Amino acid sequence: MSDVTRITDQGMITLRADFTSLKGITVPETRKIRDGIAWMSPDELLVLVPKSDVSAKLAELEKALNGHYLLADVSDARAVFSLTGDWAREVLAKGAPVDLSPDAFKPGDLRRTRIGQVAAAIWMVDDRTFHIVCFTSVADYLEEWLRHASRSAAKLTYF
Amino acid sequence: MKRLPTGGRLIDRTTTFDMIFNSRRITAHPGDTVAAALMANGERMVGRSFKYHRPRGIVASGAEEPNALMNMGEGEWLEPNQRSTVTPVVKGQSFESQNHWPSLEFDVGVINAKLSRFFPAGFYYKTFMRPRWAWKHLFEPVIRQSAGLGKAPDQPDPDSYEQFYAYTDVLIVGGGIAGLHAALEAGRAGAKVLLLEQNPNLGGRALVDVVDIDGKPSPDWIAATIAALEDMPNVTIRTATMAAGVFDHGYVTAQEQVATYTQGSDAPRHRLWRIRATRIITATGAIERPLTFAGNDIPGVMLAAAVRDYAELYATAPGERTIIVTNNDDAYRTALTLHSAGIAVPVVLDARPEATGTLPEQARAAGIRIETNAAIAKVHGKRKVTSVDICDHTGAGDVRETIPCDSVAMSGGWSPVVHLWSHCGGKLNWDEANAMFAPDPKRPPTGDDGEGFVIPAGSATGDLHATQALANAAEAGRQAAIEAGFTPSVGAAPLATAPTEYPMLPVWMMPINAPYKLRSKAFLDFQNDVKASDVALAAREGFTSVEHTKRYTTLGMATDQGKLSNINGLAILAESLNTPIPQVGTTTFRPPYTPISLAAIAGDARGPLFKPTRKTAMDAWHDANGADWEPVADWRRPYTYVRDGETKRDAVHREILNTRNHVGMLDASTLGKILVKGPDAGKFLDLIYTNMMSSLAVGKCRYGLMCSENGFLFDDGVVARLSEDSFLCHTTSGGSDRVHAWMEEWLQTEWWDLQVYTANLTEQYAQIAVVGPDARNVLESMGGMNVSREALPFMTFAEGELAGIPARAYRISFSGELSYEIAVPASRGQEFWDAALAAGAAHSIMPYGTEALHVMRAEKGFIMIGDETDGTVTPLDLNLGWAVSKKKEDFIGKRALEREFFHRTDRKQLVGLMPENPDDVLPDGAHAVEPGTNIYGQKNMIGHVTSTYYSPTLKHGIAMALIKGGAQRLGETLSFPLEGGKVIKAKIVDPVFYDKEGARQNV
Amino acid sequence: MLKLTCPYCGVTGEETEFHAGGEAHLKRFGPGSGDEDFTNYLFSRKNPRGVHFERWRHQYGCGKWFHAARDTGTLEVFGTYTAQTGEPPADIVAKIKAKRPEWEGFA
Repeated sequence: MSDVTRITDQGMITLRADFTSLKGITVPETRKIRDGIAWMSPDELLVLVPKSDVSAKLAELEKALNGHYLLADVSDARAVFSLTGDWAREVLAKGAPVDLSPDAFKPGDLRRTRIGQVAAAIWMVDDRTFHIVCFTSVADYLEEWLRHASRSAAKLTYF
Repeated sequence: MKRLPTGGRLIDRTTTFDMIFNSRRITAHPGDTVAAALMANGERMVGRSFKYHRPRGIVASGAEEPNALMNMGEGEWLEPNQRSTVTPVVKGQSFESQNHWPSLEFDVGVINAKLSRFFPAGFYYKTFMRPRWAWKHLFEPVIRQSAGLGKAPDQPDPDSYEQFYAYTDVLIVGGGIAGLHAALEAGRAGAKVLLLEQNPNLGGRALVDVVDIDGKPSPDWIAATIAALEDMPNVTIRTATMAAGVFDHGYVTAQEQVATYTQGSDAPRHRLWRIRATRIITATGAIERPLTFAGNDIPGVMLAAAVRDYAELYATAPGERTIIVTNNDDAYRTALTLHSAGIAVPVVLDARPEATGTLPEQARAAGIRIETNAAIAKVHGKRKVTSVDICDHTGAGDVRETIPCDSVAMSGGWSPVVHLWSHCGGKLNWDEANAMFAPDPKRPPTGDDGEGFVIPAGSATGDLHATQALANAAEAGRQAAIEAGFTPSVGAAPLATAPTEYPMLPVWMMPINAPYKLRSKAFLDFQNDVKASDVALAAREGFTSVEHTKRYTTLGMATDQGKLSNINGLAILAESLNTPIPQVGTTTFRPPYTPISLAAIAGDARGPLFKPTRKTAMDAWHDANGADWEPVADWRRPYTYVRDGETKRDAVHREILNTRNHVGMLDASTLGKILVKGPDAGKFLDLIYTNMMSSLAVGKCRYGLMCSENGFLFDDGVVARLSEDSFLCHTTSGGSDRVHAWMEEWLQTEWWDLQVYTANLTEQYAQIAVVGPDARNVLESMGGMNVSREALPFMTFAEGELAGIPARAYRISFSGELSYEIAVPASRGQEFWDAALAAGAAHSIMPYGTEALHVMRAEKGFIMIGDETDGTVTPLDLNLGWAVSKKKEDFIGKRALEREFFHRTDRKQLVGLMPENPDDVLPDGAHAVEPGTNIYGQKNMIGHVTSTYYSPTLKHGIAMALIKGGAQRLGETLSFPLEGGKVIKAKIVDPVFYDKEGARQNV
Repeated sequence: MLKLTCPYCGVTGEETEFHAGGEAHLKRFGPGSGDEDFTNYLFSRKNPRGVHFERWRHQYGCGKWFHAARDTGTLEVFGTYTAQTGEPPADIVAKIKAKRPEWEGFA
């Protein structure tokens, strides 16, 4: 069985801006997550900090940024799960139309996609652990989905 | 017939167990298919045909089997139409034959066969036309009773099913020698390879028809190749996985039989593979064709290759005296196999003028009698073959000799399995010499790059001989690897050596000049009972297109999809039409190759995972406190909170009156909340909304409307200006994603010069409406920010804290009462809800649900998107012209709203309705009808009810409606005829029913 | 089921991750435009069998709208490109011309 855990203390900040004019923030490469900053789109980052640090981080970013940008606390709008286990890749491949083979998806890679019937962003923390972000309103669905797909009787080895 | 002394490559003869067939115990070995076990237990009759209920036996050894379909399991585990030739045996499992009543041996449906001349081709269309009354009372009930094959389960399926996405460079379908070798070639080149085999075992025909490959017997070569593939980390093999369809851009679906029978375990039963492949190799082999002669459907008549499959793989045979009938050399393999297994082969009937190839000569040398220019005139027997009448193939069926036998092995030649090649547009050529349609490698299905993405290999190319089949498979494997971007190493392909085979003779009707009497007993489609005479009749009746003939006769429309009957049927059609076969063409090959379960297509989307339900932060509280749930878009929201002893209607009325008299609270979190920020945010919102938004002062709120470009209203909500460059736009509950996407579409594709960012913050906030005369008292007693009339006037908002929770309080009202909507971080929503309940206790606060919300907004004449709008309604129709700016140069929908038509006074316009009888509540959607008729001669309908409720506040039914020219008809009375003759009369009134001056909210 | 490559984030995904947005490069006719122009803007679509330009959104991905040039008959995708343009870029046009010499060009 793969372990499914909901991470409740994850703070998340959406930052939209023209990356070329960002100062003081190291923007990760396309579809990567690095040092707690996730590349979400060509003009959108997701900044990850402990939930207790969100206010401070927002203030820090407000100070550092200038010009045209958008900053928003989305910690409560998103739910985060950790999926870990030897066949975590197979579990997600049951619902995400993504090539999750080890040569195609590695720790540090990020993909926004669909899992089952809901939108999600996934990235690998290490070679047997994914973090998965979805909208809070469908967290119950995704948690049930992950538990169902990762039950030991449904184990499958492909990768 | 029990087991043969030798053979049985796939079974473990040291172990036996029981399974059940039609309540009888059947002994099986591990590795048997259900069909093999039945044969080994002497079961000859395994079902009855669909139309005439004729006794039917096993015909084939694979997926093409038309007859041996079973109900598998019992009760909740029952599954009909399981193809027993590919279903592995499971200890203790029960199977039941289908399509008979009361029993397989005695079946009253046999009467259909006696009446067969009343059931000609197309009899459905000819018979049930009149008398008219008979359809409903006679024909339909009888047809319903007899329709279908297996039993439909009457209990929910307890099994689970799942799907799996796989991405590969090369997908190989088929695990015979061609597929295995193609996998080896592509794998060695470094490509990621996925090989699927529908059967539980690999090896295909070469396990039975042993050839020499590079000096090894093919079974040994297969074992060695499998071992080599298993050592390659880039190659994956999945057996019991049937590739069902090939679709656009290299997409393939396949069904894996994870567990034949899961009872007691939590394992998935089927897994639907959703595969994307750069290249697909179809090494799908070939299927033997039956011959068309009288009595070819009697149990004991089988395909020749299937007979030797059962002997070699499962050590069993359909009888002890088997006559072989063929038009080719290949069937002599069956003669040789049976002969060496000790089964009598009285004669091989070869339709060709001579039989001098290597295999016939081997048979001759073994002492087997061979008759040339020979055919079967007729097979005798009812439930099993008893003898065969022999005649000249070139004649009309004059009997030369009658030979006793208990089984017949027939071979009409082979057809390559072209289904997967054809699904996505691969074209076929007619191969005259082998009388078959084969893939045209120059016209493959093409993918997103415009290149062909399917490569046939092995006998699926039409090269039936092992030497060529293996050689072209090597080529296919390399080609696939190259086209997927890999470089295969240079090396010699393995050489398969097999006897040369002499040309076959196309035989479509046996004998050639068979009279009607014989043709009407010669079956083409065993499952649907289509005979040679039916196709000829269809041709005479003018069905010249093969697609029409198929539907008219039902040829190839059974669950086997014509795998056996297709070519024979169209050849007979071609013959009847006097047209060459390639001109008649073939019917379209459509997925799935063999049936897959609907459950696998649904995958995990059942039970609690059927559909995601969006839940708010207070969902658990609602659930624990009597919420009667209502789906609102993808959300669930409490319709009302029912208390003990209340009806839902009581509860709604209590909630309304309590809110109007004291204070209520509503979970409004589902409303969309989109942050729009940037130097051009005001300018952008001026384009998105019909109102002017750029003039909104910071700290203020404005109700706004959004139209589509054709002027129709599609969403509404309150906009709050948070700062000079940022706005928070509220949308409807169902509209947040749509509106967000809409804004992004305009920003990205039309007005990309505007400096604006958006973010959908809908779920960041729990939003709680505190509503009613005591609302301010409640908030004040929670402590924190100033919510007084002066500090927070109507249509403003302020930020601060309430009960220690950071909050933004909007003074907006959808009920006409003193009302605040409080947004707090979603994670603190429940805390706020509890605090408000506690603070409101002294004011008899109660939560209310969506129905109370609806009634209160209707009492105030507020529109609801989706009730008063339906995609054809403009703001002007809803008396909302005040919210459509006349000053702005442009907004989405402005040009459309300038059209004359939208200003006609006879458009349907929003009105209020008061039924004459206060207790009457108009049904939703009821039509107002006036005397006369419309231009179509129908009743003169002038409009319809859009919202309708009983108002406990007014103690009167109220409704909103869209009525032609309604704006000018105030005070008129309209008639609403209902079902059952009742007519409700209602007076047109101002849609604001309650507190027209707005005194209650402005306090 | 099509696969498409989002030009913004580089993901090649299946159709279920995208949202089709209809014909691309429509010229908007707003207030002041004539009836015929406005009608055509709202309702007239080329709907060709063959070379076609479409608007798509990477709905389950980066959220960006983009354009795709493809053949509606064979489903060949000639390329995907930025949404911030009123007409297909020259390299896409050249590629289509090379593959479909009979194509009359973007109009």
